[in-house]
Amino acid sequence: MELLFLTQILLYFLGGASAFLFNRREEAANRLTHLSAALAGLVGTFYSLAILSGQKGFSLECGGFPETGPLSFTVDPLSAFFIFVISFLSIATSIFAIGYTREYQGKKRIPLLGFFYNLFLLAMILVVCVQNAFYFLMFWELMSLASYFLVVFEHEKREARRAGMLYLVMTHIGTSFIAAAFWLLFLHSGTFSFDAFHANAATLPPVLKNAIFVCALIGFGTKAGVIPLHIWLPEAHPQAPSHVSALMSGVMIKTAIYGILRFLFGFLGAIPPWWGTTILTVAIVSTLLGILYALMENDLKRLLAFSSIENIGIILLGLGMGMVFKSMGNSLYASFAIAAALFHTLNHAIFKGLLFLASGAILSKTHTRNIEHLGGLIRRMPWTAALFLVGALSISALPPLNGFISEWMTFIALLLGFEGEGVGVRFFSPLLASLLGLAGALAMTCFVKAFGICFLGEPRSPHTAEASEVSGSMKWGMGILAGSCFLFAFAAPWIVGMLGKIPESFMGSVPTGGFVRNASLLSPSGVSQISPLTVGLTLLLVIPFLIVTIRLILGKQSLRVGPSWDCGLPGLTPRMQYTATGYSKPLRRIFSFLYQPTRRVELEDEGHEILRTAERFESKISHVFDDWIYKPAASLISSLSQKAKQIQTGHIQLYLAYIFITLILLLLFGSRL
Amino acid sequence: MTKVFLSILQLLLLVFLAPSVSWFIKKMKAASQNRTGPTLLQVYFDLLKLFQKVMVVSKTASWIFHAMPYVLFGVTLVAAAMTPVVRPSSLLGFVGDAILFVYLLALGRFFLALAALDTGTTFGGMGSSREMTLSSLAEPALLLSFFALGYRTHTLSLEGMVSRLALESPVQLLFFASLAFGSLLIVTIAESGRIPVDNPATHLELTMIHEAMILEYSGKYLALIEWGHQIKQLVFLTLVANLFFPWGIGHGLGIAGWGASLMLYLFKVFFLALIIGWIEIHSAKLRLFRVPDLLMIAFVLAILSLLSQLMIGR
Repeated sequence: MELLFLTQILLYFLGGASAFLFNRREEAANRLTHLSAALAGLVGTFYSLAILSGQKGFSLECGGFPETGPLSFTVDPLSAFFIFVISFLSIATSIFAIGYTREYQGKKRIPLLGFFYNLFLLAMILVVCVQNAFYFLMFWELMSLASYFLVVFEHEKREARRAGMLYLVMTHIGTSFIAAAFWLLFLHSGTFSFDAFHANAATLPPVLKNAIFVCALIGFGTKAGVIPLHIWLPEAHPQAPSHVSALMSGVMIKTAIYGILRFLFGFLGAIPPWWGTTILTVAIVSTLLGILYALMENDLKRLLAFSSIENIGIILLGLGMGMVFKSMGNSLYASFAIAAALFHTLNHAIFKGLLFLASGAILSKTHTRNIEHLGGLIRRMPWTAALFLVGALSISALPPLNGFISEWMTFIALLLGFEGEGVGVRFFSPLLASLLGLAGALAMTCFVKAFGICFLGEPRSPHTAEASEVSGSMKWGMGILAGSCFLFAFAAPWIVGMLGKIPESFMGSVPTGGFVRNASLLSPSGVSQISPLTVGLTLLLVIPFLIVTIRLILGKQSLRVGPSWDCGLPGLTPRMQYTATGYSKPLRRIFSFLYQPTRRVELEDEGHEILRTAERFESKISHVFDDWIYKPAASLISSLSQKAKQIQTGHIQLYLAYIFITLILLLLFGSRL
Repeated sequence: MTKVFLSILQLLLLVFLAPSVSWFIKKMKAASQNRTGPTLLQVYFDLLKLFQKVMVVSKTASWIFHAMPYVLFGVTLVAAAMTPVVRPSSLLGFVGDAILFVYLLALGRFFLALAALDTGTTFGGMGSSREMTLSSLAEPALLLSFFALGYRTHTLSLEGMVSRLALESPVQLLFFASLAFGSLLIVTIAESGRIPVDNPATHLELTMIHEAMILEYSGKYLALIEWGHQIKQLVFLTLVANLFFPWGIGHGLGIAGWGASLMLYLFKVFFLALIIGWIEIHSAKLRLFRVPDLLMIAFVLAILSLLSQLMIGR
């Protein structure tokens, strides 16, 4: 096991090093960096799966600074799960990347991309298994910086630089809160080791505990992109190369889920009820607003990024119910809810990875992310279309795919609240479940729009009309993930059986096996059950059965092909099709209290009222949190810095005086200590 | 074995009874307008005629267009197979619960809305957009009324809910479930595309929803879609009948018992169809942006149903 872990890390190093060795030979560097990353992913998948299926985990120690304690790694089931998610997704993205980065040949430094790609993966793997707060922060920062360089890879574009800056600022605000949380833990236990945090959890004073909770929530919440800390996410994710976007949305934001799990269930001892409530509140706001904003997006990758915010919300709904049940002392229900959250974490990585890769495939052939310019791609890119459709079905939580199974588990986790104590839990948990249903239905609308406008109908721009199918490696990258959407749904009872054991590692003994029986998933309170395999087989059989039966009864029928009906006015053009903006217009109107839509129509008539020469139409929506929080904060900071400017005169003597005064103050302060 | 046989029989009953329920409402409407209306066999002849016609398919259409009718009919069939009809158990009741039922119907709608966009016409896009918008708003109400009943019966499986509700005393059930009944009735009207949400009799009006989506379909595809839609309507009516008026279901003691259950079932379903038809006759179609208000009422009714049980106890 240890050997496989080290092999994986070594492969990332090799991948990174080959970027330098083949600095001049782009194709060789492309193949080597991505193949070694894919291989590393394969190794990681293998050993993490072994640990998840019951093999013993392991610990490693390798030096470190004396002041901080040793640099130690432990792969327990929780770490193994996250290593599995990262490794598995990275196999597909690495294979996809081989074809995708050819796009940059001759334009960009491909070896550089390969280097940061390997570094990014390495940092994520290390973050989820390191056992020391100091090194955790180091790897966390490495992960953030590597991803920053990937976001600004196309730095000649202004939006990429802007998004990168915003990402850098927000991620550091988050990191500082995580550092504060660790510092508070350090104050209490006197060491940086996770084991010591764990051991001292029971003796934490309540005030300190609540402070740590708030810091950890803000810190990890920023990385996870929960609303209102999300503003960087829809900017940064779309700017990165698509296979990196897939990793950022698929797994990087999940490292925050890992952090929340480690902190809240490991380091803080007993959980007060208000924590669960807080998490649930944040979760439902992220779920609903995330999908509502995704619906209004016409930039395909931004749409996917907003939908990631929604899915983080769904994961947190499961996690929040887990905390509510933990604080009630019901560890069976808690572990079901956490298993739901973990399973959705895995499934979201798969289908969101798939959708980002498919959007990359579209981008590489049409050179646009704006879905208003797409259309008719199902004829030009049949494979990409079919694979995107699988992802869209899965993210819309439709049976029999994996997204449905984990959303079903989240529903059941929320409905377990029926058995909770107090009218509050009993009332609000089913209400949250119905709001989750609303989010699910809106997600379906969103992805009908995304798939329908991009792939169906007629092309809306000449670029799109000339698009062609992508290369083999890109098809394979997407194909692996699309296949997993089916596989992970059918194998759900076994996977959930494994995931059900993970909470044991941080919650002590849990009555296991309460929610899986005979290839069915059961609600632990016995209200419901589902058998994913039967659902899948039924659906996969009933449709061919229908086709064959109808064909047998009716015999071969002739079919006439003609133009679409044009209401008797010849000349149906692609411009007459429904647009993406038009598609979401009814919802924009219904939720106008949230969107505050504004529009501006400009008419130019050059003096003649009848002969108009130009007409401009602009329609936009406002993002409430940008307007309420970030814009006031930004203007406050800039006005403060305007004031601070007054002490900057530009005279060097004055600056020397500032330095001198500071020195004296420091000496005075130091001597008093 | 007999059980499986009976379950298949009741599925077939749903499938072949469905057109006559639509006929019943049509006939009611015709009577209210002093018209004769079609005969019962006419609805079946219509389907038969459509199945035999030559299809005209748009040249823009992709495989989604061809797959949709089968997917829609297929998932409706599976959803129907999950529904208890004359007996409190069903063919596929064991595979899942009310949540699966809701999402199965959503799967059909997903393909329906995609196929509408497939031909690249404005009407298709318009219908697709409206259908998805309204169904998004109907779904929370549908789910929450199932949850409210699930709270009462300690189960979410459709079979379990029906058989446990059948054990309750009628007065108690009507008292507790009336609010959820109102909610499910509104959702039934919305899901089966009836006035005041959508007008099934309209063709080529700017207000249409369902008809706009299937404008490009003809021949056997149209037959499958229409028939599937009728089955879906009957499935909802059956659920409402069996959840809120479950008495007399499955008193299976010999042929006479089954006959009595069947008669009772037919009476309940046609009575509900009468209510739907009565609403259709006496109201005008709502403006598109008033429909969310109606669906909001359904949602609030479901909340109240849950709340009243929490306050008074189940």
